[in-house]
Amino acid sequence: MSIHPGVVHYNPLAHRFPMPPTGLEAAPNATWPRLMTVDHSHSEIPLLLAQGLAYARNDEPVFGPLDFTLNRGEVVLIEGDNGSGKTTLLKVLSGLLEPVSGSIQLDGEELTLARLSHQVALLGHLPGLKLDLTAEENLDFSIGVFGLRAGVTPPLALASVGLEGYENVLVRQLSAGQKKRVALARLLLVPAALWLLDEPYANLDQEGIDLVNRLLDAHARRGGAALVTSHGAYAFTTGTPRRLPLRPAA
Amino acid sequence: MRYGTTSSACAALIRRDLLLTWRRRGDALNPALFALMVVVLFPLALGPEPNQLAAIAAGIVFVAILLAGLLALDTLFRSDHDDGTLEQLVLSPHPLSLLLASRIAVHWLTTALPLIVIAPLLAEMLHLPRSVLPVLLTALALATPLLSLLGAVCVALTVGMRRSGMLLALLVLPLYVPVLIFAAGACNAAQVGLPFLAPLLWLGAALVMALVLAPLACAAALRISIT
Repeated sequence: MSIHPGVVHYNPLAHRFPMPPTGLEAAPNATWPRLMTVDHSHSEIPLLLAQGLAYARNDEPVFGPLDFTLNRGEVVLIEGDNGSGKTTLLKVLSGLLEPVSGSIQLDGEELTLARLSHQVALLGHLPGLKLDLTAEENLDFSIGVFGLRAGVTPPLALASVGLEGYENVLVRQLSAGQKKRVALARLLLVPAALWLLDEPYANLDQEGIDLVNRLLDAHARRGGAALVTSHGAYAFTTGTPRRLPLRPAA
Repeated sequence: MRYGTTSSACAALIRRDLLLTWRRRGDALNPALFALMVVVLFPLALGPEPNQLAAIAAGIVFVAILLAGLLALDTLFRSDHDDGTLEQLVLSPHPLSLLLASRIAVHWLTTALPLIVIAPLLAEMLHLPRSVLPVLLTALALATPLLSLLGAVCVALTVGMRRSGMLLALLVLPLYVPVLIFAAGACNAAQVGLPFLAPLLWLGAALVMALVLAPLACAAALRISIT
């Protein structure tokens, strides 16, 4: 099943989930969320728009001022050395930290700490999993808090990150890489359009790295977008993502 | 596409916390055992004279339960902070104060309720007159949620620090003093046949106020300590 004629995209979920309409037809199926249509590159409003964004910790500038946009269907790699503020940038963009100057617009609306959005999912250094719950119980909790993307269920999401059969295993008994995969499964379940992934390749084997790339690819083709931090050790295996170099603020 | 509602988020949090408590149900008994041991220490130190013990019984029960609650307080947000869940909760689009209120409610249910259940046993061990027991239980039912709510605000302030136990105690205990005075005061008044309703009403009023304000303060404090 391909989106564009002649181009076969690998979609790890394709055999399980119905494909959304391509947006090319006259859209009789109005029940599909707007998010699911593809090719938003011509839409006027970018998913994420940062203007003059800067953050300082105790008057010590961490990064910025930064200007960039992120459109639907785009994956951008944030590159920078240790201490260049990659994690901080993601925290600011998620709304967890208040920037000292500049603005963040999400889908044309101002994002502030007081008004967090359903649209953003952050995968940080900590997986946010309860060790004494099973993988599926952890996912159920996250669905309760963040909601559920159409057409996905926890077992399907676990299967698509290669954890089929681990539904009822306590997270305590999983390896670090498998925990990371459970955290990735959570991203597949929540309805957020913007993924902020902080070092998603850490703790993963080559197969896991490919998995992250495939998930990002599929997410972009669903009309989502992602910002991914990396200190450059891993490059995308498919395509050439846009890169956003981050240097420590002077 | 289904976005989580605030009520479904609170329900998911409550279900998760109850499930976690059930998985580690051995730990849930610890505060009650601690209070029991503290109460046992007093007759050992003061001697088993029933009249002497009865005179200070209510005070001892309250202090023992207060200290047990203080020790259990650190677990309120500790594991959620250490594994990153707290960050996710702060990022959720729901009012953080309501999510925290659910968390505090479950924490009260799993740590303070066992203490109220064993309170009659503690009172009996210290020869508290049985006629005072209803007042003791009423005071506990009003005071323990108040202690949990006040404590939660202080835990939220210190959760970002390592080894915050002693600092937490120093922050919390002054706030606990009025609660202790009213709760133990009601029992002491009942014991000597004086009216005890006024201190109980004060506790009730404070509880209502804390129910409204503490989750808001807790959310604000948590945002500060996470960032």
